[in-house]
Amino acid sequence: MVKGLKLQHKIYLGLMFLFLYAPIFVLVLYSFNESEAMGRWTGFTLKWYNELFRNDTIKNAFYYTIVCAIISTIVSTIFGTVAAIGIYYHKKRVQDYVLNVNYLPVINPDIVTAVSLMILYISVGIQRGFTTMVLAHIMFSTPYVILSVLPRLQAMDPNLIDAAQDLGATPLQAVRKVIIPEIMPGIVSGMLIAFTMSIDDFVISYFNTSGGVTNLSIEIFNMAKRRVKPTVNALATIMVAVVVMFVFIINRIGSKKKIEYRLKEEEK
Amino acid sequence: MNRTIKSFLYPYAIWIAIMIVIPFFLIFFYSITQSRPDSPAIFRFTLKHYREFFKTENINILSKSVLLAVETTVLCLLLGYPAAWIIAKTKANVQNVILLLFILPMWINMLLRTYAWQVILGRTGILYTDAAVVIGMIYNFIPFMVLPIYTAITKIDKSLIEAANDLGANSKEAFLKVVFPLSMPGVVTGIVMVFLPAVSSFAIPRLLGGGQYVLIGNLIEKQFYLLNNWNFGSAISVILMILILISMRFMKKSGEMGGKGGAIPW
Amino acid sequence: METSEIKSTSYTVNKIKSYNQGSVKSNKPLIEIINLSKEFDGEIVLKEINLTIKENEFLTLLGPSGCGKTTILRILAGFVSPTNGDILFEGKSILNLPPNKRQVNTVFQRYALFPHLNVFENIAFGLRLKKKKDDEIVAKVKQMLRLVKLEGFESRNVNSLSGGQQQRVAIARALVNEPKVLLLDEPLAALDLKLRQEMQYELKEMQRETGITFIYVTHDQEEALTMSDTIVVMNSGLIQQVGTPIDIYNEPKNRFVANFIGESNIIPGQMVADYKVRFENQIFDCVDRGFHPNEPIDVVIRPEDLLIVDKDSAPLVGVVDSVIFKGVHYEICVIVNGREYVIHTTKSARIGDVVGLTVEPENIHVMEVEGVGNE
Repeated sequence: MVKGLKLQHKIYLGLMFLFLYAPIFVLVLYSFNESEAMGRWTGFTLKWYNELFRNDTIKNAFYYTIVCAIISTIVSTIFGTVAAIGIYYHKKRVQDYVLNVNYLPVINPDIVTAVSLMILYISVGIQRGFTTMVLAHIMFSTPYVILSVLPRLQAMDPNLIDAAQDLGATPLQAVRKVIIPEIMPGIVSGMLIAFTMSIDDFVISYFNTSGGVTNLSIEIFNMAKRRVKPTVNALATIMVAVVVMFVFIINRIGSKKKIEYRLKEEEK
Repeated sequence: MNRTIKSFLYPYAIWIAIMIVIPFFLIFFYSITQSRPDSPAIFRFTLKHYREFFKTENINILSKSVLLAVETTVLCLLLGYPAAWIIAKTKANVQNVILLLFILPMWINMLLRTYAWQVILGRTGILYTDAAVVIGMIYNFIPFMVLPIYTAITKIDKSLIEAANDLGANSKEAFLKVVFPLSMPGVVTGIVMVFLPAVSSFAIPRLLGGGQYVLIGNLIEKQFYLLNNWNFGSAISVILMILILISMRFMKKSGEMGGKGGAIPW
Repeated sequence: METSEIKSTSYTVNKIKSYNQGSVKSNKPLIEIINLSKEFDGEIVLKEINLTIKENEFLTLLGPSGCGKTTILRILAGFVSPTNGDILFEGKSILNLPPNKRQVNTVFQRYALFPHLNVFENIAFGLRLKKKKDDEIVAKVKQMLRLVKLEGFESRNVNSLSGGQQQRVAIARALVNEPKVLLLDEPLAALDLKLRQEMQYELKEMQRETGITFIYVTHDQEEALTMSDTIVVMNSGLIQQVGTPIDIYNEPKNRFVANFIGESNIIPGQMVADYKVRFENQIFDCVDRGFHPNEPIDVVIRPEDLLIVDKDSAPLVGVVDSVIFKGVHYEICVIVNGREYVIHTTKSARIGDVVGLTVEPENIHVMEVEGVGNE
């Protein structure tokens, strides 16, 4: 597959991928294992999947995870993009202040961010639950959206906005018709970061929810602490399948775009 | 004229004041106060939580956390740098596939992957040891080392390497004198991105180190969930933050020597 | 020429041609800049600028970088507000109008084309904002593409265009809105020499065809001399001289203008009487008058106006110090009384030769010495 590489380089990459994929392979394999004890293969079964679909705790956690990810992604993407544009138009001094605060959740250990927010909720007397979890997710994803949008703004030719206004656009029209299309790649990558972080988050959700509202990470953590049943493996297998399918679709769209682009290039 | 656009910032400014700045001060406040058990509104200032932290057992936990994080970071660098370099050398179309394969596992829930290591390590017999925790952390964090280094290497102007060759450097010398120094910003970013989550991780040590295994992250969790001692938990959090700020400062300085700007893979 | 006529002008190439035939430049002031000053963070960029710009004029703001020329342009466009002063457009102040409400369009230095839009949509941008009908937009954009000679480029990505083509799109994008004034901020700076010369000609042509007032900013004196009706020479936030290219070149008002516009030999001297000037201890005939007797002045002689002649009959005698071949001419340096004279001539000379120099009376330009003549 990798042409032009020396054999030892191929072997090195091969071992690296073995390391990265072995656990995933193990997860998938034992989801089809008859025995409840992991580590010994006793025969093929689908019963764990059956059990998974009947497990209300996991179904609920799955629902909360997805809904929380969707809401927090939409809100933090819009919020972060708008804020980034605002930041860009302020003086350096204001920018520095806001960005320094914005950096805090990025560099602070998750656990510190998590407990600080938990203290806030409890001090103010807000009952922790789904809403507090979503707010927490918006809090830690928005800085990443800003950090991914801002460089795009800074790389943009500042004359573009002048040009738009010069041609008759109001400030809001200039934002909509010029700035947003210009920084779209930054917005999209910010959105992907926000979504991935929300889906994957454990620590911050763990401290900022209660009353039976959990997400998948929390459920997996709780199960892994105890004796585990292969239902978790079944869940893992489904997640792997979804990720692989998602990547496959993205790649198809990507290569289709690439072909279109090449055709356009050839027209010239 | 652009007052309209400037005002875009204000909602977010209020938001971060409430969600980031106030909690930050709350933690600090809790770390230096003690309230009466019967009425939490009555409190007094004290440094006893910090004194408490400097007891031997807690210092041992801190140093163990730092040690394991350093081990993880060093191993990630040693394993990740060659990988990043090899990926950067492959052809563009293959490169994208390899990169995708590298990122793909990150999209599967971290706890699931860590749980998988429970299974694998359980068969080798090193589960619930320091080694198991370090392996789990390397596994989770190595992409954060490889990607920034890869980005930094691909940003290096090819003609610089040609110039080095032209001036008499063989490929090894060109690597040592040109590629490696110029990839330093990526290395620095990688080190930060691995060390930060590693030093404060609490799920990985819990799952791979066992229920009795305590790193600094677990110590904080215990104060909030088990012992209900927020004041001490806050003090540990503040110390952890200070520790991280110091190491960031330090890395930023060495990063500036190596070149401007970190290479974040997104 | 009447204002109403200008207003009704749509830029159909044919229509404009007929309309402009035999037209004489209007003298009606279109823009009046009054006592305009600008400070950025305590630094003075413009000092009480006063300038009147007429209809149909091709006016160039010429000066070194940092002289304030671009700031004037940005104030006119509405991107920057002045610290003091006013700008009247057809007699009314426009300082409170935002850029999108001004009848002025800009061609930006690096074009500022919208990368996410193709050539057609870039040009149509302003029309779409005005919610024009689709068929009108198509017709107008096509017309513009014809004017800037880019027919058939409608669906091209702007990043795939050459610098010259991007330049044309930028001009078309501005002109399609039928502005009263087109502001051009060093639009040719990024182009190579040959293309630049071509575009100079085309810009002048477009200005003539459309009859729009062009305000052009450049630091390139050759560009300014080639295209302008009026040149405004600026330095350190001050206007140094306003005049036609010929005025500016032949009668520079001060040392700065003389040095900035072309190469010059500047020699200190005195006015002996009207039409008599003394420098290098010789008295020369000249065409200037109106100075005090024996007033110290500076004499400006362009390198191409100095003639190398036989040393016996020449007023100035010197030694050839260097000879450089420049293609069309030689650049020869002659040292006279320890002062260096630069001469452009088609005949070569040998280094070390003793030669005579002379100059025609009409080629001697006398200017006031700075700081003295202003008393």
